[in-house]
Amino acid sequence: MPVIKSLDDLKRLKEEALEKRAARSTTGRVQIKVGMGTCSIAAGARDTMAAILESIQEKGLKDIVVTQVGCAGLCGLEPIVEVVVGNEPAVTYGKVSSERAKQILQEHIVEARLIPQYVIPA
Amino acid sequence: MLTSIQSEQDVISIVESAVTRHGAKSESLVPILSEINQEFGYLPGEVLSEVSRVLNMPRSHLISVASFYHMLSTKPRGRHLIQFCESAPCHVMHGRQVWQILQDELGLEPGQTSADGKWTLVTSSCLGICGVGPVIIIDDDTYGNVTPERVPDILARYV
Amino acid sequence: MKPIRSLMLVSSDPESTRRGAQEVHRRLHREIKALDLDDEVAVSMIGDVGRHDALPMVIVYPEAVIYGPVTPEDVHFLVEEHLHKGRIAAGLQASDRELSGRIAWLSARRGTLPAEQRIVLARVGLIDPENIEDYVMYDGYQALGKALTTMSPADVINEIGKSGLKGRGGAGFPTGMKWRFVSQANGYPKYVICNADESEPGTFKDRLILEGDPHSIIEAMSITGYAVGASQGYIYIRGEYALAQDRLHKAISQARQLGFLGENLFGSGFNFDIHVHIGAGAYICGEETALIESIEGKRGEPRSRPPYPTTHGLWGKPSVVNNVETIANVPSIIRNGAAWYRHFGTSNSPGTKVYTILGNVNVTGLIEVPMGITLREVIAIYGKGMKNSASLKLAQTGGSSGSIIPASLQDTPMDFDSYARTGVSLGSGALLICDEDTCVVDLAKVLLNFFRRESCGKCTPCRVGTQRAHQILTAISEGIGTQRDLDDLQMLSDRLTEFSHCGLGQTSAVPIRDIFRHFRAEVDAHVQLKVCPAGACPMSGQWVSIHWAGKSGLSPM
Repeated sequence: MPVIKSLDDLKRLKEEALEKRAARSTTGRVQIKVGMGTCSIAAGARDTMAAILESIQEKGLKDIVVTQVGCAGLCGLEPIVEVVVGNEPAVTYGKVSSERAKQILQEHIVEARLIPQYVIPA
Repeated sequence: MLTSIQSEQDVISIVESAVTRHGAKSESLVPILSEINQEFGYLPGEVLSEVSRVLNMPRSHLISVASFYHMLSTKPRGRHLIQFCESAPCHVMHGRQVWQILQDELGLEPGQTSADGKWTLVTSSCLGICGVGPVIIIDDDTYGNVTPERVPDILARYV
Repeated sequence: MKPIRSLMLVSSDPESTRRGAQEVHRRLHREIKALDLDDEVAVSMIGDVGRHDALPMVIVYPEAVIYGPVTPEDVHFLVEEHLHKGRIAAGLQASDRELSGRIAWLSARRGTLPAEQRIVLARVGLIDPENIEDYVMYDGYQALGKALTTMSPADVINEIGKSGLKGRGGAGFPTGMKWRFVSQANGYPKYVICNADESEPGTFKDRLILEGDPHSIIEAMSITGYAVGASQGYIYIRGEYALAQDRLHKAISQARQLGFLGENLFGSGFNFDIHVHIGAGAYICGEETALIESIEGKRGEPRSRPPYPTTHGLWGKPSVVNNVETIANVPSIIRNGAAWYRHFGTSNSPGTKVYTILGNVNVTGLIEVPMGITLREVIAIYGKGMKNSASLKLAQTGGSSGSIIPASLQDTPMDFDSYARTGVSLGSGALLICDEDTCVVDLAKVLLNFFRRESCGKCTPCRVGTQRAHQILTAISEGIGTQRDLDDLQMLSDRLTEFSHCGLGQTSAVPIRDIFRHFRAEVDAHVQLKVCPAGACPMSGQWVSIHWAGKSGLSPM
């Protein structure tokens, strides 16, 4: 990336980033965001992340982007996982253990069924 | 894994690498001591002497600094350091029961190291992970929402 | 956290209770759950509502409708009409007369329900903190660009001054004024120091910002540097925050690559860089002069003030020391203007405040809300009520240097001025919510244990006073405290406040002062009746050995 020397440079960089994001959320693609703050990790988020990556591999799923985000502040409900399928609204799951993570991958992503009892209401 | 001192050369090279990384200036003292503490699990006397020589600071000053900060230790510690948060938020979330089990399981009181050199148990002030209290930290691993029942399982992960 | 759409309060004074308020409360919960509205509606008991003509009363926000008297049989109809169909439940309204006393804020709050307003946490939990593009995508570094290319340093200071931003570390000092002092101070170089030595028990807002949005702090510090005329910044981060350190290091190196740190930023000729200084475990280093001593490679013992760091700071040079949460506000203020910022909060305390909610509530965590929300609202709306439907006994604010707030003050707006009037400190924003099972002696003992452990030992009143106060509280909790001990404790509390060198010793007396002020009878019960009313203290009648909380001594070498 080039060095930013003006507000115009910065504007261009922002536009590029927005384009990249738009490309990421095309229909059918899945984005999974895992909360990764110290509190999330203390509540087991690393195991959750590992289970998600393992599941993706096992099931041979394609077009899934897994990213980490900071803890949003709902520490009591960590580990928290947000799932976005294509342009659909984001679904946030709370207290996602490794088992729940695998279940979410299977039911939400493979079978396209929400698991309402784990959802943190928006 | 902690390093143990095999020779004078070990001491010299570890001090040298820490000083090179952080610079031989007074503001680097705490970072240098922290790095050495991480390497050995504590600050061995001969290492402090070497730092004193390299940085040209009185040894007494180093000891006065080392004894001030909780994360630095002038006494050898066990292979695994257990920190238990004893501040009010964890206390209110039933930290006391966890603390009791922890002491019973290990047979240690705060500040003690087990005879086999495996564990050192210390209490700590708030670790800033209160949303998932009670909290214990073993080495670099953080455990939240700890219940008395989970303590034996957690300890069993360490050899 | 998720906002709710309604808050319902049920009066629970003795007369209301006699007339079935508990049953009304219970049925409200049941009916709301039956309609599947329990995530949208919070229900809370309130004490005396200040009028006694139509008890029990149910007050519904945000409309501020007062119903009463409400019988258990009315609840189904009330919930069905008001919450489900969205209209006033006919025939149940109490005569239209203002409430007084404890919930006097009723009319002022009509039509509003506090919702989270995220300024400093806007991107936390949303972006990938290790990817600078994510930060830029959400307007990152625009404020720095704007400041450097369109504003003079004096403009920047004026804008921050006009915004009314005050320090969020606990003291509440106006940020703009601090910056002006540093910019006008003689001496060069000048330094920008970000105090990330967050160690107040129960406080982890700074960690969340650093872990979730590290670039915001880099941007804010660069703007600060431009405003005060400094080109070197230090972030003093506590040693225990390993993940935050890692994220900061990554963010700094990315910022350097893109030219947001380094030389000639935005082609303006302004240079700025940041060094991360990692602490080694000492609460006192959160005190700004102790922090400076610590960076200089010494024991973190506070200096005498004045002179203040604004003129004699790091290496004796003018230095601005700002808390993480405080400067995290800076980029938004510069980007959107001071007038925008003043839309939030109260006129004397503009902006938002981050609170951590801990203890006996259903959901623990962290929220960012406009200044002036009440404790009751925080518990009902964001904490999702008390755990096991217990009642609130007290809340401890702002970590150990905050105050103990009895349940009777839970309707006081939480802003700097209102709290100062009631003798309560907002502290660093931790809200440790305690139910009736909490014993105030036990709590004060735990808090004093913290202070005796963290006292740096420089001045005698604090070094000895905190040890002695803890010892006395321990004796009281063992049932062997005497009247003389209570007198000593009172005296220690006064001496600690008056004679301690820095804030640590001065505020260590606050828990003692507060339990005497609000819970004297409970303390006396321990001493005179040898009973712990909450059943938390051991009361074993014997001295127990107290482990030395300080460092475990020096090894023979």
